[in-house]
Formats: sequence, C-alpha cells, structure tokens
Amino acid sequence: MGEGTGDSTGEMLRRVGGDTPLLEVRHVTKRFGNFTANDGVCLKIMPGEIHALLGENGAGKSTLVKIIYGSLQPSSGGIFWKGRPVTVGSPAEARALGVGMVFQHFSLFDAMTVAENIALALPNCRATGELAETIARVSSNYGLPLDPDAHIADLSVGERQRVEIVRCLLQNPELIIMDEPTSVLTPQEADQLFVTLRRLAAEGCAILYISHRLEEVRALCHHATIMRRAKVVAEADPAKETVNTLAQLMVGNEITRVTREKGKLGPEAILLKGLTQVSQDAFGVSLQDINLSVRAGEIVAIAGIAGNGQKELFDALSGEEPLEKEDMVIFAGEAAGLMDINERRLLGAAFVPEERLGHGAVPALKLSENVVLTRHGTGEGIARRGFTRFGKAGRIVETVTSLFDVRKGVLDPEARSLSGGNLQKFVVGREVERTPKILIVAQPTWGVDAGAAAVIRQSLIDLSRKGAAILVISQDLDEIFEIADRIAVISRGYLSRAEDADTLTTEKVGLLMAGGAEKKGAAAA
Amino acid sequence: MMRLELVKRSEKSRLMSVLSPVVAVALTVVFAGIVFAAQGHNPLTGIWYFFLEPITSLWGVEQLITKATPLVIIALGLSVCYLSNNWNIGAEGQLTIGAIVGSIPPILFPDFVNPVVLPLMLLMAMAGGALYALIPAKLKTVFGTNEILTSLMLVYCSNLFLDWMVRGPWRSPQGYNFPITIDFHEWAVLNAVDVGGIYLNLSAPIALLLVIVLAVVMRSTLKGFEIRVLGQSPRAGSFAGFSTRRMTAFAFALSGALAGLAGMMVVMSEIGKLQPVISPGYGFTAIIVAFLGRLNPIGILIAGLVIASSYLGGEAIQTSLQMSSKLATVIQGVLLFFVLAADTLILYKVRLVTGREGESAHA
Repeated sequence: MGEGTGDSTGEMLRRVGGDTPLLEVRHVTKRFGNFTANDGVCLKIMPGEIHALLGENGAGKSTLVKIIYGSLQPSSGGIFWKGRPVTVGSPAEARALGVGMVFQHFSLFDAMTVAENIALALPNCRATGELAETIARVSSNYGLPLDPDAHIADLSVGERQRVEIVRCLLQNPELIIMDEPTSVLTPQEADQLFVTLRRLAAEGCAILYISHRLEEVRALCHHATIMRRAKVVAEADPAKETVNTLAQLMVGNEITRVTREKGKLGPEAILLKGLTQVSQDAFGVSLQDINLSVRAGEIVAIAGIAGNGQKELFDALSGEEPLEKEDMVIFAGEAAGLMDINERRLLGAAFVPEERLGHGAVPALKLSENVVLTRHGTGEGIARRGFTRFGKAGRIVETVTSLFDVRKGVLDPEARSLSGGNLQKFVVGREVERTPKILIVAQPTWGVDAGAAAVIRQSLIDLSRKGAAILVISQDLDEIFEIADRIAVISRGYLSRAEDADTLTTEKVGLLMAGGAEKKGAAAA
Repeated sequence: MMRLELVKRSEKSRLMSVLSPVVAVALTVVFAGIVFAAQGHNPLTGIWYFFLEPITSLWGVEQLITKATPLVIIALGLSVCYLSNNWNIGAEGQLTIGAIVGSIPPILFPDFVNPVVLPLMLLMAMAGGALYALIPAKLKTVFGTNEILTSLMLVYCSNLFLDWMVRGPWRSPQGYNFPITIDFHEWAVLNAVDVGGIYLNLSAPIALLLVIVLAVVMRSTLKGFEIRVLGQSPRAGSFAGFSTRRMTAFAFALSGALAGLAGMMVVMSEIGKLQPVISPGYGFTAIIVAFLGRLNPIGILIAGLVIASSYLGGEAIQTSLQMSSKLATVIQGVLLFFVLAADTLILYKVRLVTGREGESAHA
C-alpha cells in the first residue's frame, strides 16, 4: 500500500512489521456533494490493539466509522479485512465479518428486558432461558454484571452501556468500534469499562476507540490516529505524548490554555434557599431542598450525570418553570422565585441553556433575530414601544462575532447554518456581551471542539473576574476543574454542599456523582 | 441507478420563497388544461375562460375585488394562527357567528337608525367571531384537545345555528315564510361608490389597510416576532419570555375577529339581511389563500386575487363551456396541493443522482 503517500503511511509501515492487519482502510475518500468528509484516509488496526481515533468535531471521524461499519459507502478507496479486499454494504455485513459497534446514543427499548433487547439484535434468536444464561455468563466473565431479566428503564446509564457491549460481544466480534463510550459514565464506571476493554484486547479483540478525552486515550490506547479536516494528519503512540501535544495534533495549532486567577469576591448574587419543586413530568426529576449561594466574582459549577435534575434546576433558575415561593431563588438580593424570565433578566441575570438549537436559539431565524430573542426585555432598547430594532441587534451580532470569533458565511446567517461550536460561541457571547451580573449556563461547551471550548471557558472566567456571579451546570469534569472556584454535585435532585475546587479531586466528585450527593444533600437539610 | 434526490439547503432559498407559488400556479394551470382535455374541450380554450376571460371586463374586475376582499381579510387572521402554530380551520364558523352577532342592532333594534350603527355592527361582529374562536383555543390550552377538529366541528354548529335563527326567532314577518330576516336599514349596509368605473364599498380599502398593518406588525414589532418565534420553537419562545397559551388565545381571537368582520361586511354589502347561507365557503378558501400567499400579508393580497378569479372562472366555464362550476373547488384544492409540494423547494434542492454518490447521510 501507500506508494508516496507521505510520512504517516511510512510510520504505519514501520509499526506494522510483518503481521497482517485485522482491518486496513486504504485511501478512502468520501464526498457529500461538494463537501469532502474523508480525504484519502488510511488506517490500520492490528488484532488485539486498542486504537484511538482522535479529531475535533467535523474532522471526519464519524464518516470513517460509518464507512467501516457499512452504513456509508466510500466514494473511492477500499477496505481490507485480514488482508483481503471486502465491500461492507451494510451494518449486517459488517457484523457478519466480525465488526461490532457500541453507539454513543444507545438504541435500546426502555420497556423491554435486557434479554429481549439483546435477542432483537441477534439473528434468529428469542429471549429464551438459554440466552439469559449466555448473557449472565458473558457479562460476568468480562466484569460487566447484568441481570438478563431487568427492564432497561430501571437501569443506570452505565448499565445500559453494558447491555450494548454485551450485545456486541455475543456476536463474537474481532473488532469493536466504541464511539465516545465514557461521555455518559462516572469516573468509576469508566475505570470499570477500561478493565473490560483491556481484557478484550488481551484476548485478541481489536478496539477502535473514539473519544475526546485525551487523558483516557493516553491511559488506554496502544496507538492513535489523528484526523483533522477530513485527513489523517498524524499517527502517535499516546503513552509517549502528553495531553497537550495530542490536543495540538488535533487542533493543528497551540491551544490557548485557559488562565484563571483568584477573583475578588463580592456579595452573594445568587442565593437558593430550600429550592424544592415536584416535577410535573413523569420522567422528570424533582428538586429536593436545594441550597446554594454564589458570590459576585466566583464561578460555582454543578457537576452530575445527565438526567439528575439539571434541566429542572435550570428551568427553575431561569423562570421558565414557575416556583412555589418567591424566596426560593434570590438574585442580587431580590426574591425572584415568582418572576418570569424577563423580570429576572432585568435584575441582571442572563441564561444559556443546554440545547443550542430550539431552546437557546430559533434555528430558522437570523442571528440578529436571535439576539432579540433573549435581549428584547433587558431594558437595552432592543424593543421599544412594541417595535423591534433589528439594526441594533445586528450591531450586537457584529460585536459578538468579533469578540468570540464566530465564523459564518454571510453577515447575518440563520442560526441553523452555523456549526455547533460557532453557534455555541454565539449563544454564550450573546449573553456575555451584556456583561450580566449573574450568568447561569448549562453545558457551556457540550459537543464543541477544543478551540471553541477554550474561548468560551476563558470568557466565563473573565466575566466572573469582572464581578459577575456564574453558575455552570456541566457534566464535563475536565471543564469543571478548569474553570470552577467551587463545585457542588447534583444527584437525583439533591445538591451536595459546594466545596472549594482546590480541595476536591475527580475521584471525590465521581463518588458524589454516583449517589453520594444524595446522602450529603439529605444530611445538610 | 439514477434517481432524484432532495438535498437539504443550509438556508432557506429566498428565490424559491418567491418562485414556489408561481410554480404551483403554473402546475395548476397545466392540471386544469388536462381536466379540460379529459372533458373533451380544447385545453387552451378552457384555460382562457377559466383563468383570463373573467378579468377582461370592468365588471369582472369589480367582481374579482368583491370576492377577494373577504378572502384576504380572513386569510390575514389565519396567517397569524398558522405562523404561531395554531391550526384554526374554523374561520367559516367564526365568520357566521360574527355576522349573526353583528346583525343584532338592525334586526332586534330596527328603530335605532343612525351612523353609529355601522361601526357598532362591525365591532360586534369582530367580538362575536373572536369569542367563538376562543372556544377551540381554550379547549386546546386547558384540555389539550386538537384545535383542528374542534374548530372545524364548530363550523357546523354555527351554520346550523344561523339556519335555525333565520327560520325561527329572526324570521322576517314580511318574508312570505322564506327563511330570511328583515332587510337591514340604510345605516346597516355598505354602499358602493363609483371608482373609475368600478363600484366598490368600504370593505376593499379596509382589507388593504389590514394588509399594510399586518405587514408592519409582522416585520417590525415585538408581537410579530413573538408570533414567529412561538410558531417555530415554543421552547425558545418560553426562553424569550413569551407564553404559548396566551399566543394561542391571541391568534384565535384575532383570526376569529377578522373572520367575523369579513362575514359582516359580506352581509352588509352583498345581501343586506341574514339568510341560511351567507358565504360560499370564504372561511375554508381563505386557508388556501393564506398558504398560497406564503403566510405573508402582501402574498395573501395577491393570492386572494388569484383564488377569487377561480370563483369567477367557475361561473365562466359554466356559462361558456357548460361545465360544472364545482371545477373551481377542485382547482382550488389542487392549487393548495401544489403550493404545499412546491414549498419543499424552499428548504431542499432537487438533484439528479447517479450510482453510489447517492448515499444520503450527513458527515
């Protein structure tokens, strides 16, 4: 392979030695119309290798994986399985070859049992006692204990992932593709998963591991292929790299590190006193007597696994869900519990919800109109006597664009035409530009590439050091430790006491995320 | 393997937003030609009589404006409903109830004859239509019922109510037992005046004024912004501090009021009394007008004229080709189909695909 294709191929040849790779992707190019998602991509995976595939959002990782798994066909180039050329026409054909995949978003039926879900995926298989036995055996063998008769709805996210993995293992794969497997796990659950993966690798099963978390890639993977803008730009041995050098390979230039100095603390700007709210939604989480204070000049982060009350807490703070008592939420000394969102904004509060499109911004509206969306009621004259002033909103778009380096094709595009990272910069920038006294932001850098994430995080720190009280609700522990002065953890609607970030470790927060916060929250109450 | 594929555009196509109704009208004309041919007529003759002949005379233009006026007024209200994601299908009923309520002064107080009666009737008609429209709105916000069904069913209630009123309590003693009310007095009717050979009454300028007002409201007021935001994304709307419930009530009340106004003006200008049938389905046809006009006030004005001409065209082919005037309804329906189909072009472009390039997916 690879006559004159550059350094990366040469490196690969050196590494491979005489063995035949399990899977080889040769010069695969995939075009969607004018857009090239994969450009001459080469990849070799050896048996028993844990192979990391790294790259920012939009680098072309998902496209490559879809090609390997048969859900997309390459425009040119080929795939070789154990040295022989193959055409993977569909995921079923991929599975027949011995390629399994564990998706980032689970595809399980909530109302069915573990065994039933697994039976659905296997050809000609029913949820019999025999299958249940096999599930129990395989799952305990690999340290993934599962009850075959449990209903999916009753399982934690980590357990659901186990179901996906066991389902994959039952098809005796030789290559398992894992897409961001730890994004939903606590640190402890992730460690458990790594044990399983190492065990699988030791038995000769190869793993193609896709992750944003460079720490774990370093700890786990034998080899890394790094993609940038549709091309493979580097191959590396992750153990010999640092997180920083890996990140640089991904982004292509030096990432500006977020800098943080201790801020000067002012008065309490956000005060939650016994915030309790019964969820109206059958699948919602009730907030249980939440107490918290955030002072001007500091960032407090709320960690926790998704679905533990973050959404409900955000809605209660923003005023989208009405509260029972006005003093449950106090902003800048004013009891705001009964105020609507715009009255709270008038007190100097600003909000950035988790969902960019459809909540933080209207997809089909222009950016200037999306400025009006959150700033028409802030007393800045963007709406006066019932008339909107889109010109003024347009100037705000310009300011936000230059401050946050929002990349867009035309002057005032529709929100949906922006990439995730750019839209997130806009949605955060739209609020930060107002210099609010209080900022409540959920998942500030969720699904955003490293460059944009650094810009957003730095802007939050800078805003707080100018005297704003900031509350960040996030699942990303790296982010939390990077920006937060104090950290609290939410678990099933309980909030633990916020503690100094310097005195906490990832492990400690992880334990709280796994349920420790409930006891602490209950004890504090 | 060759096939056509729809490719999503990253932004709405401004060109297609303007062109899609034109495409739809063109396809409808072709369809009409096929129908004429199938009926044994020369398609071109049929198209001439249906689409063009009616507007070759001043009288035809006058008829066109008269028919277009209520369609435009009702469609303006409906456009606010549809833009805010409220599906009011019952404008015909709101029109009827509005006309009944607005007719109270001349029928129950025939001796109260002075200039106040005219605006009073219009205001009462608007209030009646609005209140009647609030029934499906409240059912939606309080009980979560589907407003398409409730608003539609209330049309039949209102029509039967009108029928009963003109046969029962409000039947004219001098009407030889015909199901009609007494004739409205001089201050309860709209008189037409000569405008360059065309006789027009007050309703056409009112419609024009409403077009301009709504265009300004939608383009540059916070209310117009609220309507668009809540229609596209209720969650983002609540993040902006807008209330979906209040918007439902507002949109229904506004469209009901405008339907009531239109119904009253039809009665006051063309009929001069109440009778079992006061509208040839303006409330339903206005739905087509609203969509053909892209839910845009100016577009609705043009669409109203286009659709009104199909009413005239139906009469024209009846007299000249001895075809059923029901063909007009068929063509209106087909036009709506083509409008909705052509709208796809705004967000998608059509591409001819060969071979493997066709795998549709996003990278």
